[in-house]
Amino acid sequence: MTAPMLEVENLSLHLGEGTRRRLILDGVSFSLKPGESFGLAGESGSGKSTVLRCIAGLYRHWTGTIRLDGEPLAARPEKDRCRLVQMVFQDPYGSLHPRHKIDTILAEPLRIHGMGDVDRRVDRILTQVGLGPRFRYRYPHQLSGGQRQRVAIARALMLEPRILLLDEPTSALDVSIQAEILNLLADLRTELDLTFLLVSHDLAVIEHMCHSLAIMRAGRIVETLSRETLAHGTPEASYTAALIKASERYDRELAGVLARED
Amino acid sequence: MSTDLSSAPRRGLSHWLSTDEITSGRQAAAQRAYWGFVGFMGNPLAVIGALIILLLIISAAFAPLVATHDPIAQNLRAALQPPSAANWFGTDELGRDIYSRIVYGARITLTIVVLVSVIVGPIGLFVGMLAGFVGGWTDRILMRITDIFLSFPSLVLALAFAAALGPGLENAVIAIALTAWPPIARLARAETLTIRSSDFIAAARLVGASRLRLLFRHVLPLCLPSVIVRLCLNMAGIILTAAGLGFLGLGAQPPSPEWGAMTSAGRRFMLDSWWVVTMPGSAILIVSLAFNLFGDGLRDLLDPRHSK
Repeated sequence: MTAPMLEVENLSLHLGEGTRRRLILDGVSFSLKPGESFGLAGESGSGKSTVLRCIAGLYRHWTGTIRLDGEPLAARPEKDRCRLVQMVFQDPYGSLHPRHKIDTILAEPLRIHGMGDVDRRVDRILTQVGLGPRFRYRYPHQLSGGQRQRVAIARALMLEPRILLLDEPTSALDVSIQAEILNLLADLRTELDLTFLLVSHDLAVIEHMCHSLAIMRAGRIVETLSRETLAHGTPEASYTAALIKASERYDRELAGVLARED
Repeated sequence: MSTDLSSAPRRGLSHWLSTDEITSGRQAAAQRAYWGFVGFMGNPLAVIGALIILLLIISAAFAPLVATHDPIAQNLRAALQPPSAANWFGTDELGRDIYSRIVYGARITLTIVVLVSVIVGPIGLFVGMLAGFVGGWTDRILMRITDIFLSFPSLVLALAFAAALGPGLENAVIAIALTAWPPIARLARAETLTIRSSDFIAAARLVGASRLRLLFRHVLPLCLPSVIVRLCLNMAGIILTAAGLGFLGLGAQPPSPEWGAMTSAGRRFMLDSWWVVTMPGSAILIVSLAFNLFGDGLRDLLDPRHSK
């Protein structure tokens, strides 16, 4: 039994103040073994991206426990966390600084953490994500969406993290590009021995990428299930069944069922 | 750009500036500058503005060579002469050559514009970025201070300052600077607020960037273009305020050839000798217009939201 790489226990988060204070996450718990790929699925607004932002340290006022590699997140120095966890954002048009060259974007993490050998590392990572060194001195606006997302993945890998948080990494991309990016991520995971936490509303993406997944709804985990259960369509919770059915085709009756459950 | 390049290397240069195979950071920067320049040249009004500003700078730098007379040499026998071959723009009530005075006046105008911009730009940028980025009480306090300065009518505040500190060029600069920074601060704050919540800032925080680094490496480069454009458009207003102060006798003092003061001194002779007021007045008009045109062109160039 290997120790979990990432462990989330009873994670809760409120956002807003006064009468507009809302419970966004309500006692979320799950854990990932090293090298595992875990998916979080659910409708928009179910809080799945918020879980990632808590783990990444972008929200700090949550309650509960997040353990990275056995150690609580709060106990780790910030720079330590950066080198263990990185994140890829949903929108590649918003996640790259519009006035920084690819070179600047990729070299910045190295400079902050005082890592040497910048030139070679940047060239190597560009090759690794399938772009090549000739993209080094371009600006983001000279790249396509898929190329930008590759740069974003490269930036996340610069510090050689062990956990990669993927926030809908393909949903802003063209359908033909989505598969390329997913395959790249799958290859990188085996090559670099990464642990993935993937958020998506697309069950097909999760089925393709993840060993197991959790279905979220209104800030809670409804059910945790394995890829096999998802593939055979035999979940326990009725909401999961409805979600799986909804992902297969659009059904007016089913939309009514999902809406009534609220 | 040098002209002695033979055609082959020149093809090499234009290829270097437009190729996709970018091999160094310097080439990337050069390409960016080159295509920006090409875009700017496509806007004739902005080019006219830039040329007038260039002319202003040249005449200020080489005033002794450009001027035909000593700007403060009086010649009472030749007072109030209409424009002629000897005195291109005529002479004023003390027989001084108006053309030479306008040329030397360019120095004063440029000094005021540059000094005010150098003071106002960094202060406005810093206050605005800090308020927008830190938020909370810092934001509230800084913005209320800005509001207070913003609610003074600028010319009246400048007048009060010039009156309190005594008339003169330096005090005019301080007075104008005091009223010119709040709009810059507001602009910088608004820009910072939109930048602060973007994903690339979150990504930079994730790799461990410090607040200082975020502010200067990530927020500043995005605030700077709109602030520069705003400063450039403000320059017209600065020139007008300076001229207004000069006109009221609170700016540069005689005998220095400040355009506003020249207009003011000439107004007694306006009916008989139109050139005494018209010439410096036109200079103010043309230079203000040039800064506005140039600023508009610069905005099209620098502001990503306006570019195609």
